[in-house]
Amino acid sequence: MTQVRPSRADALGATSTLGVALPFLALLVIGVTLPLFGGGYWGVIATRACVYWVLVSGLNLVVGFAGQIAIGWVALLTLGAYTTSVLAAGNVMPSLSPYLALAIAAVVGAIFGLIVGLPALRLRTFYFAITTLGFATIVTQVALAWQSVTGGGVGVAGPIFPKPFDSQWGFYYFCFGLAAICTWMTANIAASRFGRALTAIRDAEVAAEACGIAKPPLLALVFLFSGAVAAIAGGLFASLQSYITPDAFTLDLSVLFFIAILIGGRSSILGPLLGTILLTVLPEFAAPLVAWSTFLYAVLLLVIVLAMPGGIAELLDFKNRRPLESGRAIVPRPELLDRLLAAPADGGAGALTLEQVALAFGGVHAIDGLDLEIRSGQIHGLIGPNGSGKTTTLNVISGYYAQQSGAVRLNGAALPVLERHRRAHMRIARTFQTPRIVGSASVLQNVMIGGTIDGKCTFVESLLSLPRHRRDEVLLRDTAMLALSAVGLERLAPVRADRLQHSELRFTEIARALMLRPAFLLLDEPAAGLSAEEIGRLGALVVAIARAGTGVLLVEHHADLIFDICHHVTVLNLGKNLAAGTPADIRSHREVVNAYLGG
Amino acid sequence: MVESIVSTGLAIGCIYALIGITYNVMFSASRVFSFTAGTLGMLGGVLGSLFIGRLGLPVAVGFLLALAGGVLLGIVTEIVAVRPVLKSLDQHLYVLSTLALALMVQQFTAIEWGTEARPFPRLFDIARGGFDQEFWLPMLACLTVIVGLELLYRHTLIGRAFLAIAEDTYAARALGLPERSLRMASYALAGAIGALAGFAGGEMLLAFFGNGPMLTFYGFVPVALGGMGNNRGAVVAGLLLGLFQQTANFLVGGIFASVAVFTVFIIVLLARPEGLAGAAVQRRV
Repeated sequence: MTQVRPSRADALGATSTLGVALPFLALLVIGVTLPLFGGGYWGVIATRACVYWVLVSGLNLVVGFAGQIAIGWVALLTLGAYTTSVLAAGNVMPSLSPYLALAIAAVVGAIFGLIVGLPALRLRTFYFAITTLGFATIVTQVALAWQSVTGGGVGVAGPIFPKPFDSQWGFYYFCFGLAAICTWMTANIAASRFGRALTAIRDAEVAAEACGIAKPPLLALVFLFSGAVAAIAGGLFASLQSYITPDAFTLDLSVLFFIAILIGGRSSILGPLLGTILLTVLPEFAAPLVAWSTFLYAVLLLVIVLAMPGGIAELLDFKNRRPLESGRAIVPRPELLDRLLAAPADGGAGALTLEQVALAFGGVHAIDGLDLEIRSGQIHGLIGPNGSGKTTTLNVISGYYAQQSGAVRLNGAALPVLERHRRAHMRIARTFQTPRIVGSASVLQNVMIGGTIDGKCTFVESLLSLPRHRRDEVLLRDTAMLALSAVGLERLAPVRADRLQHSELRFTEIARALMLRPAFLLLDEPAAGLSAEEIGRLGALVVAIARAGTGVLLVEHHADLIFDICHHVTVLNLGKNLAAGTPADIRSHREVVNAYLGG
Repeated sequence: MVESIVSTGLAIGCIYALIGITYNVMFSASRVFSFTAGTLGMLGGVLGSLFIGRLGLPVAVGFLLALAGGVLLGIVTEIVAVRPVLKSLDQHLYVLSTLALALMVQQFTAIEWGTEARPFPRLFDIARGGFDQEFWLPMLACLTVIVGLELLYRHTLIGRAFLAIAEDTYAARALGLPERSLRMASYALAGAIGALAGFAGGEMLLAFFGNGPMLTFYGFVPVALGGMGNNRGAVVAGLLLGLFQQTANFLVGGIFASVAVFTVFIIVLLARPEGLAGAAVQRRV
């Protein structure tokens, strides 16, 4: 087997920029020169593909990135089509210019996108899918019944855009231009902290919260954007059809949009783009099959779900099919931590304290009157038998459980109960017993997720790739590379995270936590599943992190590691402090030795 | 007028409740909600119309064949769309796989049966009158299913095995219960109930391929409001939904009745995501 050593430039993602852009440029050239090759019916098909993509590009952020199963998105297409047509035709008020009508439709679409999307913040997957389905059913019914405005079953004429967009190819270029802009904007989002945060919400929601990502505002932005472009697509669709009736907006269309994304693959822009083109063009090659097209889409959906969940994007991901170097070792470089964690803002003399914290699940006292103090620059070990309340303690500190009595204080001020994402803003970072990683993203992107809250730019700035967005990205990328170098994984930066070994995932999580420049770092069994050599390196790394000023809470079963590196150790048993003191005290504590360490 | 609202509302509410029970029976056996629940209802109507109306079979034979069709689709759902994705329940792939299957059945029906609504034959040759069979058939079907399920769950061994699976799959498997066969049986039973809903409500809903998504949505409302897996909750919520819809229909007209149902559904769910009668589930970290 040949060993592939990624060059340094490759690891930093410098060479891949052109590689990523190449397929898009090729599509751009094909799209621009398309009128030279022919005309007539194919022009209509190409325009239709552009219109669909305008919608799918926005829906892709909802479905492909955020993982929300919105199956009734055709409702927003309907809404946009009718809003544009009715305003341009002047059914209810003096007729408006088609451009203005389209802009108003975009606003209406954004509002309804938000309304349809909001349930996703509270409801489970299937519930959300059903509410979008219900919305789609209802919009069609309203269009059918509200005759004075929509023309009912008779329908309404679509808008006609003025010169130069009134000819077939003129209108094509108009739609193509919008499609290109949508591609560019969603690609910008995909490559921004917002895009990464969406995938984190999808694949590792708990970790996303720990990184300070608040789901509601982010999803709200995505639904606004997605609703707006869907409604614009609706306006274009109405113009392309030249006449619309409720029949034109069946659930079949929704299915087409949805499946285009799934065929394309999650967290990809190119995949769903190719998927949309494929699904628009394919039925034209097989005319007898047109009646069966939705049936075939459904079959395709089933096959994809069961057989190739990665979609086209995974097929095209050649880079990640190269074999990884075998026998690779994680060699942390703790000396880099000083640059990464430089100068904590508060001078670094704080404490995270638990006072008489208690929490019971039914009759089980998971923790029962626990006192604990983690001081800056020190490593506090928390050990105890299984079920003694170690992870529960950690979950109370990071806000997953609310203590029933007692207090958790940061530098004297009580931590807000249950507000998980605010922990990150207070520079409290954590890792998880089972690593929580976005498997389909690269290691570098996973680490960059840790720095999400340090980004300065807004969603709109990222959408348009304005200077502040680019500065953010450069800074996050550099910091993430530094964090990866510090934990010894910089060689794996461009690799898909789900290809890593377990021990590498553990160090990736630490790198992600370091992105917060944590004042306090909570490590949940970081040595589990590591080799003896790796545990040694982990120990040195944790010592260096503490030396840089961070207070560390180390929950562990490896007693040797605890006694080697901790300044202070608390032993839990059945939710109570069994003992607390220096490692030397604990090692000779009779009860601890009997109950836990064994002697 | 009130009389008509009540009889129509209760009848349609019974159909929604039956689809809700269909969801629940499948959910109890597998922790999966299936998009085929409404499709089963649609199929019951179409098959009834096909066998009795078009092929002229006796009512009893047509009825049994329609139920058999439902049973078949139930089993196919389990084998094709549920079993392969049960291993990774947390990825929610079942949403997509059951949706795909539901669409396939719906499209197949649209092409082979036609896209326009066709009449459903009158099952009993009696004169049309005030409280017509159109109304009491769905109610009778709903009552039969509720009583039948109660008897099954309380008084038979296989019913208790269903309950055991629903309560704790791993424990049930550890006790040596044939989990896979029980799950298939549950899906077959759900198929029969769904088809019965469509068959009994055939005169009201007609034999129409578009009933699939409609029933999938309105049948899920009782499940969501009544609490997952809670059949009694589903019946109560289903009847209320039917009455509410018909009242709104009368007061503000058809379209806005749909809007009203949808709005109430969303508001209730946002206020109480676990349903009016359900208990919140503690999330595990």
